[in-house]
Amino acid sequence: MDIIVCVKRVPDVAEAEVDIDSSGRGIQLGTLGYVINEWDNFAVEAAVSLVEAHGGKVTAVTVGGEDDEDVLRRALAMGADEALHLTDPVFEGSDSFGIAGILSQAVADIPYDLLLTGAVSGDVGGGRVGPMLAAMAGIPHVCLATELSVEGSTARVRHEVEGGLERVVELDLPALVTVQTGMNEPRYVSVLGIRKAGRKPLRTAGTAEIGLDPDTVGPAAVRVRIDEMFLPPRGEGAEILAGNDEDTVAALVDRLRQQGGI
Amino acid sequence: MRLILVLVEHSGGVVDDSAFELASAARKLGEPGEGVRVGAVLLGNDVSGIAEGLGRWFDDIYVFDSPRLQVPDGVAGAELLAGLIEQEQPFVTLIPHTNTGMDLAPALAIRAGAPLLADCITLEATEDGISAVRTRYGGKVHARISAAGTGGFMATLRPGSFAATEAPGAGGELHTMAVPEGLAPQRRFVETIAPEPGAVDISQAEVLVAVGRGIDEEEHLEIIRSLARAMGAEIACTRPVVDKGWLAKSYQVGTSGVAVKPKVYLAIGISGSYQHTGGIKGAPFIAAIN
Ligand SMILES: Cc1cc2nc3c(=O)[nH]c(=O)nc-3n(C[C@H](O)[C@H](O)[C@H](O)COP(=O)(O)OP(=O)(O)OC[C@H]3O[C@@H](n4cnc5c(N)ncnc54)[C@H](O)[C@@H]3O)c2cc1C
Ligand SMILES: Nc1ncnc2c1ncn2[C@@H]1O[C@H](COP(=O)(O)O)[C@@H](O)[C@H]1O
Repeated sequence: MDIIVCVKRVPDVAEAEVDIDSSGRGIQLGTLGYVINEWDNFAVEAAVSLVEAHGGKVTAVTVGGEDDEDVLRRALAMGADEALHLTDPVFEGSDSFGIAGILSQAVADIPYDLLLTGAVSGDVGGGRVGPMLAAMAGIPHVCLATELSVEGSTARVRHEVEGGLERVVELDLPALVTVQTGMNEPRYVSVLGIRKAGRKPLRTAGTAEIGLDPDTVGPAAVRVRIDEMFLPPRGEGAEILAGNDEDTVAALVDRLRQQGGI
Repeated sequence: MRLILVLVEHSGGVVDDSAFELASAARKLGEPGEGVRVGAVLLGNDVSGIAEGLGRWFDDIYVFDSPRLQVPDGVAGAELLAGLIEQEQPFVTLIPHTNTGMDLAPALAIRAGAPLLADCITLEATEDGISAVRTRYGGKVHARISAAGTGGFMATLRPGSFAATEAPGAGGELHTMAVPEGLAPQRRFVETIAPEPGAVDISQAEVLVAVGRGIDEEEHLEIIRSLARAMGAEIACTRPVVDKGWLAKSYQVGTSGVAVKPKVYLAIGISGSYQHTGGIKGAPFIAAIN
C-alpha cells in the first residue's frame, strides 16, 4: 500500500511573544524556532505504521522554501521511504487553495492508495488544504480522524463529528484522510536518526517538473487575501498579576478566595 | 435582493445554535440600504419537524430529505450544496466552523469554484466583496482577510462568535429538493459512537483546576492533584494532555471534549485556544498561570 503524507513546517509560537512584521500582514519570524505541524506528526506516524503492517511505501511531501526541507528529513527519520520537496519562488504567497493546487498537481504523477494530511495547521489553522486536495483529486475524504485502518481496498476511519460524537465510516481507496491529534503515539526522532535518513531519496520539484501553470499559484492567484494582521485586543476586565512570586501568589490566592475557588 | 445560504447543523432532532448565529450574521450582508433573503439548507432524514422550527429565522428553507442523509457526510453534502449554489447563485454560503462544517466546506469550495474564508469571527460585505477577521497562530494573532468579486463566496463561521437575533416574519418558505440515488457512494456510514462516561463528571464541578501542555511532565500531575485536593476542586485538562495519555478523555475540556460551567477555573500551562475555551460555559472567574 502506498501512502502520501503532506507535512508542513510551522513556526513554534507556543512560548513566544508574537509581533507583527513591518509589512503589517505577517508576524516577525526572526527569533522563532520551527517544528513539524503538530497534526502532521500524527499523520506521518499513521502512514509509517500502516506501511509497516501492510507493506508498501510512504512518500512525505511539503510545499515550502529551502529551509522547509527539515520537515521532510524528519519524516524520513520517522520511517517515510521517500520525500518530495515542492519548492519554487512562485509558490511563495499562495493561499490554501494554491497549496492544495500544487499538491494535487504533484500527486497526480505518484501512485497512491491513501493521502494523509493533518486536520489543521498550527499557523494558518483553517483545515482547508486536505479536503480541497481531495476534491481536486476527485477522491473521497473524511476529516478529523482519530482511528484509521485499511483492509483490502477500503479504509475504515473513526472521526470526530457533531455534538461530541464520533463516527465510523468506510472509504473506497484511493481516499484522503485528515488526521486529528491523539490518533497514535508519534515515534521519537533523534538527531542521529535524521542524519541516518540522509541517504533516503529526497526529490525537489517546481512548477516545470510537475507541469503546473505558474499563473495558478502565488500572490496573484490567491482567492482569499490577507489585508492586515494585528494583535488581539486584551479581554475586558482582564488583569495581569506581575511582580515577585510571593506577592503574585498571595494576590492570586486572594482572588480565588473572593470568588469561592478555595 | 441578495440570497445568503446557511447550512443548518442539527443532531438528534435538535438544531445547533450555530444555525441561528449564522442566520443573524447573514442578515448583515445586504447591499447598502437593502435587505437580504436568508435561506436555510437542511440535510437529513425525516427532517420536516426541524424545518418547521426554522421559519422564524429563515426566509427560505431548502430541504434535502433522504435516508442517505441520516448522518452528516461532507462528501455527499458538498455534492448537494454545489448543485444548489449553481441553481440559486447565492451571494455567500455560510457554514458553521464545526467538525461537520470543516468536513464539508473546503470540498464544496472546490466544487463551486468559490473563495473560502475559514473560521471567521466577524464577517461583513464590502464594496468589492466580503471581509472577515479570523485568528492565526493558535489565537495569538488576528488577521483581516477578504475576497473580491460579485458573489459566490463561502465562509465558515466560528460557533459562539455571532449573536443570534430572531427575524420575526421571515416566513420560511419550504423548497423540497431532490436527492439523487447513489449519492457519493465511495464513503459509507458504519456507526456513530457516543463518548464513554468518565469516572468523574467534570461538567458539574464548581471549581476546576485545569492543566495543559505547559505542565511538561506526567509526574507534575501529582502537584496538581494535591493542589486540587487542597482547594476542593476537580481536575480537568486540554487535549494534548489526553493525547499523551496522562489523563482520560473524560477530563478534556473543549469543543471536542466536555462542556463545563464552573464558578472558578484555574488554568495551569494552558494557552487558551478557542477549541479549549469553547468548552467553558457561563461566566466563571478564570485565572491562568503561565
Ligand atoms: C477540531 C479541533 C478540536 C479540538 N478540540 C480541543 C478540545 O476539546 N480541548 C482542547 O483543549 N483542545 C482542543 N483542540 C486543540 C487546541 O487547538 C490546542 O492545540 C490545545 O487546546 C492546546 O493545549 P494547551 O493549551 O495545553 O497547549 P499549548 O497551546 O502548547 O499551551 C501550553 C501553554 O503552557 C505555557 N507554559 C509552558 N511552560 C509553562 C510553565 N512552566 N508554567 C506555566 N505555563 C507554562 C505556555 O506558555 C503555553 O501558553 C482541538 C483542535 C482541533 C483542530
Ligand atoms: N505547505 C504545505 N505543504 C504540505 N502540506 C501542507 C501545507 N500546508 C498545509 N498542508 C497540509 O494541510 C493540512 C491542513 O492545513 P491548513 O489547511 O493550513 O489548516 C496540514 O496539516 C498539512 O498536512
